[in-house]
Amino acid sequence: MDSIEIARRQLLLPTGLSDDDVSKALSTALEGSIDYADLYFQSITREAWSLDDGIVKDASFNIEQGVGVRAVVGEKSGFAYSDDIEMAALLESSRAARSIAKSSGSHALQASRIQTGHALYKSESPLLALSEAQKMDLLREADAVARAADPRVKQVMVSLLGLHDVVLVARSDGVFAADVRPLVRFNVSVIAEQNGRREQGSMGGGGRYDYHEFIANNAANEFAQEAVRQALVNLDAKDAPAGNMTVVLGPGWPGVLLHEAIGHGLEGDFNRKKTSAFSDRIGERVASPGVTVVDDGTLPNRRGSLNIDDEGTPTQCTTLIEDGILKGYMQDQLNARLSNTQSTGNGRRESYAHLPMPRMTNTYMLAGQHDPGEIIESVDKGFYAVNFGGGQVDITSGKFVFSASEAYMIENGKITYPVKGATLIGNGPDVLTRVGMIGNDLKLDNGVGTCGKDGQSVPVGVGQPTLRIDGITVGGTQQ
Amino acid sequence: MSSLTQTNENSVRAVLEQAVEYAKTQGADAVEVAANNDKGFSISARLGDVETVEHHNQRSLGVTVYRGQAKGSATTNDIKPASIQKTVDAALNIAGHTAEDKFSGLADAELMAYDYPQLDLDHSWGITPEQALELALQCEKSGRDDKRIVNSEGATVNSIRTQISYANSHGFVGDYFGTRHSVSCAVVAGDDNGMQRDYWYSVTRDPKQLEDVESIGRTARERTVRRLSGRSIKTCTVPVLFEPSVARTIFGHFFSAINGSALYREASFLVDSLNKQIFPDWISIHENPHVAGGLGSAPFDNEGVRTQKRDIVNSGVLQAYVLSSYSARKLGLQTTANAGGIHNIQINDSGLSQQELMKNMGTGVLITELIGHGVNTVTGDYSRGAAGFWIENGEIQYPVEEITVAGNLADMFMNISAIGNDIDLHGNIQCGSILIDHLTVAGS
Repeated sequence: MDSIEIARRQLLLPTGLSDDDVSKALSTALEGSIDYADLYFQSITREAWSLDDGIVKDASFNIEQGVGVRAVVGEKSGFAYSDDIEMAALLESSRAARSIAKSSGSHALQASRIQTGHALYKSESPLLALSEAQKMDLLREADAVARAADPRVKQVMVSLLGLHDVVLVARSDGVFAADVRPLVRFNVSVIAEQNGRREQGSMGGGGRYDYHEFIANNAANEFAQEAVRQALVNLDAKDAPAGNMTVVLGPGWPGVLLHEAIGHGLEGDFNRKKTSAFSDRIGERVASPGVTVVDDGTLPNRRGSLNIDDEGTPTQCTTLIEDGILKGYMQDQLNARLSNTQSTGNGRRESYAHLPMPRMTNTYMLAGQHDPGEIIESVDKGFYAVNFGGGQVDITSGKFVFSASEAYMIENGKITYPVKGATLIGNGPDVLTRVGMIGNDLKLDNGVGTCGKDGQSVPVGVGQPTLRIDGITVGGTQQ
Repeated sequence: MSSLTQTNENSVRAVLEQAVEYAKTQGADAVEVAANNDKGFSISARLGDVETVEHHNQRSLGVTVYRGQAKGSATTNDIKPASIQKTVDAALNIAGHTAEDKFSGLADAELMAYDYPQLDLDHSWGITPEQALELALQCEKSGRDDKRIVNSEGATVNSIRTQISYANSHGFVGDYFGTRHSVSCAVVAGDDNGMQRDYWYSVTRDPKQLEDVESIGRTARERTVRRLSGRSIKTCTVPVLFEPSVARTIFGHFFSAINGSALYREASFLVDSLNKQIFPDWISIHENPHVAGGLGSAPFDNEGVRTQKRDIVNSGVLQAYVLSSYSARKLGLQTTANAGGIHNIQINDSGLSQQELMKNMGTGVLITELIGHGVNTVTGDYSRGAAGFWIENGEIQYPVEEITVAGNLADMFMNISAIGNDIDLHGNIQCGSILIDHLTVAGS
């Protein structure tokens, strides 16, 4: 069964809605000089299992469904939603949404045409892939491995999350599209103690696949070992340095640098409104030669990937920076139309109860030529950060931060000792002009990223090769 | 004003009681059901015209069941009887698999808020979206009233009425309405050195207490313009003054560290700190869940436990943690009615204005914004991105940006040398500016 058929059965049929009813609601939303309207039907099923203190003590199951109606006139959006997917509520939401328009008259509804998307992941519910007993075994295995790994491990927390998201988009320009999206996540975090000092370590991963992937990859063992390793490293960490210095970033998740430093600043809404530090800078140099950054929603099974975005547009690989030159922005329908360009398949929303906006998918830098060892050796004195927590950016000033959770000092080309985590702060439009060396070890993150914007969370991916940045402020305590 | 009403508000108690009864008939030894319903709107204006009109009507219903002491939870946003039964069944299925945990279960029956107080939390605004738009337009106009303001992110008027209801198998059922109205404005200033953005807002239970929209716009404008031509500074160790909006976050980290779920896992730098000196001896911190019209006020917590006024810190000494019934049992203590969070935190001040604190500081940094997540509750290590102003001779010299402030929270708490009387009433944690003796500020 294709995704359109799955979506029809799950979202429309239970309350007897037909494609004609959907058109009727769209026509209602279009009344009153509305330029564009769309409906977003959604049903999400989620579960979360958690272990701490050595037992699986709680789990939750959640079903949420509804339909959002958006009506757009120029730069204006009217929006309403309902938890009930049935005709009366749909028409009421459509009328509420279109109240944004002040004049009368009506645009014609285009004939419906099915927009097919990519086939980047399976449509089966990942929640059904394992029995409850098998899910609990996975949690308990991670707990056992972590506790056996080192006697200094005092606490182990393990979580397993899965969701199955069915969406159907109907647009006034005729596009009719659906997507059935699995997403899973497995996480292990530990606290280790030595001489009264406690430190934590954590490791997680996931993507748009099912729980079998964790078993096939021996994730319980691997994540537990890695979480313990990080916690033990941190037990020996000294205070981090403070000041501007050369920083080497490890491959993979440290790509959160790109997400914060340039990614948000290249989203279409900020650039149409000219509130981004990157506004009107297409064609300018914003990074060192050799730096190429893309946003790619088409990578199979990745956490940030989508067959279609939340406006029914197939995702794509968009080049943001090519060989150091700013090439393009990420667009949704509204901002693309107002900027006389095409959507890049980056229109995303947290749920039917939220308005879509331009968001990233998987944002990463392509590999360079240097061996990572050679990059470390090139540094006399610097800071080497291999694991990070989150980051944040001020789009308008361009200032961004990201916080290291595992880091080391580099002295005379060698990694010497671990240092405590610290926040790094830089300026988005020029930090990439200080990229001195690019590694040949491009890695994508393990599938753990969640991006927040305007109060809406969506899953994303990041990645990069090892990078040397010749000057960024490290926020430690040691001068 | 939402036109999307689907449920009869008065029927919610009956729905919850039916869910509790159904769970009992299906084999639950204990059960609790909570429901929330948010209704309202959000209107934003940008560059003198409406930008978005959003109508909100969001529901959720959560069920927690216990088979013996094995727990299972499920939630739904569909409150039709058949869906609620499915939700209860899902929770029971989970409780059939999870492990028995002798600390789990409902909060003790004698703690239930059978006689909960009315706290004056429900004040509908009664304005139409058109009138709300008019307020947003006025607010933004005031926000843009300076030639250095070159752009705008707009002004937003929000109005939400929430019904919170809870029932459990002790026979407790309670519900109350609370409103939350806000006006906010964010504008962009520009000069040859680039653009800066800042904002201001007002949020209250009672719309009559909202700050005047023109004053919100004016504050947003002034806060933005004063950031123009910010620069980094040389790395240094200096006194740091946090204005109230960011000072609140530092106390927020304190509350994370004394939260029972972090404590029983030993995932906090404040493990075993009860009756110990955490702050200087002139600091006291109280929780008052019964402030009439308070943003954090609540008659009962997420377990139906009656909230009450209490001391958290007296003369710098920690008096109590922040506990739910579960974390309390794990620690051998009694719940503090904080399942779901804290309720109106009041922190005493030193009787000095922010201006006087700056004079006392002499040379240092005034922080007005913090970004990033560099706070480690396990160790207390603190490192965040910041922006603000360089102070010399007690006076603002120039705006600073692209800096970090770093230290350890345990030291930072003890090194608070004064708290201003410029108390910010915006949030659940209410405090003035705080002056910390010395912190590492990293810059260029």
